This record gives sequence, structure tokens and C-alpha cells, in this order.
Amino acid sequence: MMHAETAPPGAAAPVFYQTDEEGHHSEGSTMLGFWLYLMSDCLIFATLFATYGVLGRSYAAGPTPKELFDLPGIAVNTAMLLFSSITYGFAMLEMDRDRVKQTQIWLAVTGLFGAAFVFLEIREFVHLFHEGAPPWRSAFLSSFYTLVSTHGLHVSMGILWLIVLMVQVRKHGLIVENKRRLMCLSMFWHFLDLIWIGVFTVVYLMGVLE
Amino acid sequence: MFANLDLQQLILGRFTFEQIPYQEPILQGTFAGVAVVGLAVIGVITYYRFWGPMWRDWITSIDHKKIGIMYCIFAAVMLLRGFADAILMRSQQAVAFGSEQGFLPPHHYDQIFTAHGMIMIFFVAMPFVTGMMNFAVPLQIGARDVAFPFLNNFSFWMTVAGGMLVMVSLFVGEFSRATWLAYPPLSEASMSPGVGVDYYIWALQIAGIGTLLSGINLIATIVKMRAPGMTMMKLPIFVWSSLCTNILIVAAFPILTAVLAMLSLDRYVGTHFFTNDLGGNAMLYFNLIWIWGHPEVYILILPAFGVFSEITSTFCGKRLFGYTSMVYALVVITILAYLVWLHHFFTMGSGADVNSFFGITTMIISIPTGAKIFNWMFTMYRGRIRFEVPMLWVVAFIVTFVIGGMTGVLLAVPPADFVLHNSLFLIAHFHNVIIGGVLFGMFAGVTFWFPKAFGFKLDEFWGKVALVFWVTGFYVAFMPLYVLGLMGVTRRMQHFDDPSLQIWFVIAAIGAALIACGIASQIVMFVVSIRNRDKLRDLTGDPWGGRTLEWSTSSPPPDYNFAFTPVVHDSDAWWDMKNRGFARPMQGYKPIHMPKNTATGAILAGLNFAFGIAMIWYVWWLAALSFLAIFVVAIAHTFNYKRDYYIPADTVSRTEGQRTRELEMA
Amino acid sequence: MSADAHHLTGHGQDTHDSHAHSGGGHGTVQSYMTGFVLSVILTVIPFWLVMGNVLDNSLVTTLVILALGGVQMVVHVVYFLHMSTKSEGGWTFMALIFTITLVVIMLSGSVWVMYHLNHNMMPMDAHDVMNNAR
Repeated sequence: MMHAETAPPGAAAPVFYQTDEEGHHSEGSTMLGFWLYLMSDCLIFATLFATYGVLGRSYAAGPTPKELFDLPGIAVNTAMLLFSSITYGFAMLEMDRDRVKQTQIWLAVTGLFGAAFVFLEIREFVHLFHEGAPPWRSAFLSSFYTLVSTHGLHVSMGILWLIVLMVQVRKHGLIVENKRRLMCLSMFWHFLDLIWIGVFTVVYLMGVLE
Repeated sequence: MFANLDLQQLILGRFTFEQIPYQEPILQGTFAGVAVVGLAVIGVITYYRFWGPMWRDWITSIDHKKIGIMYCIFAAVMLLRGFADAILMRSQQAVAFGSEQGFLPPHHYDQIFTAHGMIMIFFVAMPFVTGMMNFAVPLQIGARDVAFPFLNNFSFWMTVAGGMLVMVSLFVGEFSRATWLAYPPLSEASMSPGVGVDYYIWALQIAGIGTLLSGINLIATIVKMRAPGMTMMKLPIFVWSSLCTNILIVAAFPILTAVLAMLSLDRYVGTHFFTNDLGGNAMLYFNLIWIWGHPEVYILILPAFGVFSEITSTFCGKRLFGYTSMVYALVVITILAYLVWLHHFFTMGSGADVNSFFGITTMIISIPTGAKIFNWMFTMYRGRIRFEVPMLWVVAFIVTFVIGGMTGVLLAVPPADFVLHNSLFLIAHFHNVIIGGVLFGMFAGVTFWFPKAFGFKLDEFWGKVALVFWVTGFYVAFMPLYVLGLMGVTRRMQHFDDPSLQIWFVIAAIGAALIACGIASQIVMFVVSIRNRDKLRDLTGDPWGGRTLEWSTSSPPPDYNFAFTPVVHDSDAWWDMKNRGFARPMQGYKPIHMPKNTATGAILAGLNFAFGIAMIWYVWWLAALSFLAIFVVAIAHTFNYKRDYYIPADTVSRTEGQRTRELEMA
Repeated sequence: MSADAHHLTGHGQDTHDSHAHSGGGHGTVQSYMTGFVLSVILTVIPFWLVMGNVLDNSLVTTLVILALGGVQMVVHVVYFLHMSTKSEGGWTFMALIFTITLVVIMLSGSVWVMYHLNHNMMPMDAHDVMNNAR
């Protein structure tokens, strides 16, 4: 990229100002900024994981993970999230080809998988409440619910965001701004999937193991 | 009757009119004072018909310079509040001996020390630092604004909303009595059932969002928007320190958010993270909050280091000594800041292995800090030092900070810490580094950049008077606390039995009075400077013989900062330009692309404030309503795609023409 | 002269146009499918190990599923988040490395510190002892 510059008097003196330039666009910073946000979010989860790591064995004579967790259910839940990841990927590929309708369809499918995930999680919580394991029963349950539901809350926010973006794509098409937003949501969505790997490994699998 | 009560609870939550402390004379006086000053301010604004301009040019402004200035004003106002708390504590401790109980009952005294600590850190030091970075960083890197101008405005108003919650607690209900970090189990619902801790939590959570977003914003700005040619190793050192600070902010504040969220779950939902029963563990709170808390210390001090570096090199007329080592020291501190947190609770009982590890890392972190001190001294060595007010603050800082740093190294030795922990020695230590480091740095920065922000210098005489009062006041106030601490006197005491200690507290109170004189001189300084602004006017835009790009534009800078983006060839870019005969381009102006002002940030922050109040007082309908409104407003904002405009070329041309005439006059 | 100017603009300011990101790409059908298949495999194995009680030693199982979880995270970062050392001039990668460092410090540090604190300061009461025994 070339810029015209003013040459100050005295040919040896270097160029000190750009007289022909592109303005500073915030567009260039959005992806980096959003990535930094994700990193900060990652540390929120790290704090919750650390808490679970410390309090995860404090059952206070209450129910233990082995008694509570239903691994086949968790496996289904995990599958929902994994499918939603790949369908979001397809939406992004359609977006690259500027095909509005296909993009919208894949986004809708992603949203449905996400909704199924949230639904199953809520059902699991309801079940746990009936089993006599609410969050105020023990420190283990407090940290378990907080970690898992923080993730669930993020997924719910992601679904809301997805709906808003679908409306905006419908209104304005796949313009630069909307593409950028879809890319941010894509990062958010895959990031949540990544956190879930930690959740099912550390909370559910390791919980049932010991 | 019963139905009546229910209705009131439904509408007002747990608020009753008895919660307004009519009967306390101190609060009555404060309220009267606040009311009078508030009415006076409103009167002045109305008289000068300033409401419209204030809304258009300030509240909705997304200009980083104005937001930076507003941050600093906010910090200064909160400094007065925090200092009022300090004066109350110092006078209470100077008189409450033996049978004399003083004028503050424990209930009130505990609120005051909690509020003092929390306000000074979160609503004085943080906004000061953020404001200074906001103002100077884009100018120093030759940018026209920050990367996300709207977020910048939003961040500022969120910080203000948090600060306002703390202020409201003064007159409605009470504030937390659980110390500035709200340690459980004291801060749990069972021990502190009132609204105090909830005020604390929501003020920090709301302000914390602002802090985090402004951190992301400034990192993106520094990474993405540097002028061409400005490689990382040509960045002004203040920008480097800002980068490190904001990395620390982004990497530390989420931890605070998560920890406070868990504490609020304990209080609101009844979970057992930090309770005494059912498996909760209060020690975990200490562990987690200090993983945030120690980086926070460096979040405050690094920008001050940056300011001192800029001032030292400007007023010595020399390039900063050891620029590269300075950068590496900053980066090393950034990483080491995460490896020392346990030194805040050596005495909790983690045992010799753990304590030694953290004791050693703490001592290691003093090495890069020491390197910086030597860099400043070698910059001064054989420099043509001009002892103007900013430089005098630097000298005061170096001496004071070294003392504070050395007491810090003492505290880093675990066995010594077992003696000094929780004593006034610790209080003296951290005031020594925070006042001597952060606050002096901010005062130096304000004096240094004030002419850039407003186009005239601050009055030198009153600046020096303020400095003398502050420095002597600091030593008189805090050196006695070292003595008391070594005698084993603990912190947070409302009353003492041993009369032999009283003399030290009286000396400390005199010190506080001297600092009060310092603050008064600063207020006089601003008044005198504004009145004499024509005499103090600086037309060149470069009153100090500056070295970095902010001094290459006019004072105050135009909205767009630079008509043409500067091209950088060397660190100390402006110095280089002056030395090599740059020529300011006088024609060929182009329209400049700028972001538009918006009220969304202020509105969202207002809704967050309402949400905070509703959560504190259990007014569930308002909480639900404001929460919903936050989402609606935020989503509605994303439907606005037209967020920018162009400053026409002839407007730029006119502004720059004016600048040309001023330069000729100067 | 022009070489000088060219050299300068190479640094610092990134003048992105809208397609600058798609250069880094959101991958292809193939890369998404690779990532998907890998993560399915890496998810199924740990579930199978735990649900089927395949290994006798629960410590070994723990270590294996933790390792598999770690690998799967890397797979997601590479194939779904399209992270590479070069995206955004290396800054995102640097941020990631920094974050991972902090997460490791925080997790291991907290567990280490809290283990010692609990060990020294919180002798377990009868309930917990019984609870651990069963």
C-alpha cells in the first residue's frame, strides 16, 4: 500500500506526515478486541474451575457426583453442542459464498442445537433439585451449579445474539458489518464448546470416576 | 395492615424510611454540604446555559480526550470523598484513648475505613489512571481516537454509575463494614445481613465492567492504531506502561468479577462457597481475590511509572536511559504480578514450602522495579534538569517510593510478615507506595498534560505549595504509623487503651491536616490558573519542550487530533521531527472520518445504576425491568449502522489555519 | 525515498480492509469436517473409558481423560477457531499463550495453596471423614 507524502524542504529530510491516507477504521480492531474479551471470559471460567477444583470434594455429607450424574444424558448434551459447532461452521462457509438463505438456515439449525443443549441442562437441574441436591446443599453443589450454569448462561446469550444477528442479516443482507458480527459470534460459539470440553471432563467424567 | 406491609415490600423491597440516617450529625452535615455544592453546581450550569453543551459535547462524547478529562474530574471528586473519610479516621484515632470514645462509634468507623479503602483504589486511583491513559495514549501513538470509541464512553459511565452507588450508600442505608476486600465470613449474609456489602458488590461489579472494557479498548488501540513507523520498540514508554497495565486489567478483573459473583450467590441464593458451614471455605476467597488483588497493585503503579519516565526524559532534555531495559522490566513485572499473590496472607497457614515460594517471587519482583529507579536516576545524571512542578513530583516520588519499596521487601520475608501482618506497619507501607507512587504520579501527570488538554499551564507557585504540603504531610502522617506498626499496633481499630500510643496518632493527624492543606492548595491552584489563563496560555502546543507526538499538535488538540497522520522514524518522535526540520503541511487537507457521539453509553450506565439499586434493596420488579431495559437498549444500539461521519476538508482547513496563526503569534 | 516510505508503512498501522480477515480464513468444509470427526473421537473415548470402566486404575483413567480433553481443546482452537501463530499479526496467539499461562498458574496455584491451607488449618470433622470413607 502506497501513500503520498509531503516532502519537507531539504531533500534529505525524511517524510513526517502522510498526506494521503486511509482513516483509522475500528473494523480492523474488532476481531482482536473480541478475542481479548474471550480471553477475559476464559479467566472467569478458570476462576470457577479453580473453585470447583478446591470445593468439588466438599460434599458436607450430602450427595456425591457418583450418585447424581447421569453420564448418558451428558453425552447427549455434549453431542448437541458438538453438532451446533459444526453447523455454525457450515453457516460461516455459506457466508463466505455470500449465500444469505443457506447461511440463515444453518444459523437456525445451530440455534436449535443450542436450545436443545440449554433445555437438557435445565432438565438435568430440575432432576437434581428433585433428588435433594440444590446448590445450597453443599459447597460441592454450589460450585458445580455455578460453573455449569455460567456456561449455560453463555450459551443462552449466544442464542439470543444469534437471533438478533439473523434479524439483522434478514434486514441488511450479508454486509461487511454483519459478516464481522457473525465472525465474532462464531468465535464466541466455538469458545463455549471449548469450555464445555473442560466441564464434561473435569466435572462429570472425573466426578463419576472417583 | 398486613397487606399494607406486603405492598410496601413489593414496591420498595427492604427499604424503609428509617434507613435514611437522619439522626447522625456527621451525615447531616455532609448531606447539607453535598446539597449546597450540588445546588451551586446546578445553578452555575443553568446560569451559563451549559446544559445543552454539556449533553452534546461531554456526556454523549466519544472523544477520547474528553472522556479522559471526565475520568480525571471524577477521580478528583472521589478523592475528596475518600480523603474526608481519611480525615475522620485520623481524628478519631487521635482522640479515642482510654475512657474517651471519640466521635465515631465502631459501627460508623468500620464503614468509613471500608469506604476509604474501596473508594481510593477503585474510584480514585483507577479512574485517574484510566483517564490519563485515555487522554494521552491515542495522542502519543498518533491516532485519532481509541479503537472502540463508543465502548470508551460506555466504560466511563459504568465507572461513574459504580461510584454513584457508593455515594448513595452514604445517605440511604449504610455501607459495608467488611473491609475494602469484603472478606468472608464477615461479608456473608449471616454476619452482614444489611445492605452495606450489597452496595459494595454492585458498585464494584458495575464499575468492573467499565474497567474491563476500557482495558480491551486500549490494548486494541495500542496494537492496531499506531502511526506508521512506530514499531513496538519505538513506542513512548508511557504507552508501553499503558499496554502492560491494560493487559493486567483484562487478565485480572474477570477474576474479581467471578469472586464477587460467588460472594453474591452466597448472599442472595444461599450457596456455600465461602460460608463456615456445609463445606464452604472462606480461605478460598482470600486466595482468589488476591490473584486479582496483586496484579491490581501493578495496574495502579505501572501507568505512574510511565508518567514519571516521560517527565524525567522531557525535563532532563535527554532520551530515557535504558529504554529497552525499561520495557523488559515492565513486561517482567506484568508476568511476575501473577506469581506473588500469597504474600497477602502468609499468616493464614499454608506452611513453610508455600510461603517460601511466594516470599522469593515477591523479592524477585523488586528487581525490575529497582532497575527502573536506576534508569530514572541515570536519565537525570548529567541532564539539564529543569525543576518545574512535574519534575519536582518525580523527585518526591523517587525518594518516597524507594522507602515504600524497601518496607515492602521487609514484608516479603514470611517470618517478618508474621510480626508485621495486619499492623499499622503494613498500612504505612502501602500508603507509602500508593501515595508516593500512584498519587504523586497522577499529580505529576495532571500538571504535565494539563496545558495539552486546556491550552494553558497550571499556576507554578500554587503547584509548588501543594507539593510541599503533600510531601511533608505524607511523611508526618505515615512515618508514625511505621513506628506504631513495629510496636505491634493493629489496623482497623476504633479505640485504643494504651495512652502512651496517643502522641504518635496525634502526629499522624497533624500530617493528615497538612495533606488537607495540600489538597486545598491544589484547588486554589486550579482556580488561580483558570483566572489567569490568558497569562498562562500556551500557543505553541509544546510548552515543555516535549518529545512525544502529543506535543506536535495544538493545545487543546482538535477533535481529530492530527490533520495528517504523523510518520515515525525514531522513539521520541516529536523530538526527532523538531531536530530534523520537519515542515507542518499547510494544505491538501482531506475530509476526516470520525465516529459520531451517542447517548447509549450514558443511558445503559443509568439503567445499570437502577439495576444495582434494585438488587441492593431487593426491589425485584425494578431489577427485572431495568435488566430487560439494558438488553433492549443494547440490542437496539446494534441496529444502528450509521455511527460515523466525515469532518469536511474545509473545516479541517479552517482549524489548521487558526493553528498556523497561533504558531506565528507564539 | 519510496523504499523508505514503503518500509515505514509495513510497520505499526494495520490498514485492514474488510477482506483482511478472510485471508486467515474460516477454513473449508474439509477442515471443519476434520475437526468435527477428531472431536467426536476425542469425546467418545473418554466417555467410553469412564462409562465402561475400561481401566482398573482410576488415576490412570483421570490422567488419560484429562490429556484427551487437552488434545480436544487444541483441535477446537485449530480447526474451529482457526487460530494460527500468524492471525492478527501474532497478537491473538500471544494473548492465547498468556491466558493459558495464567490459567495454569491460577488452577495449579489455587489447588496447591488451598491444599496446604486445608491440610494445616482445617482438620476435617467427623462428617467429612465418614463421607470420604464411603
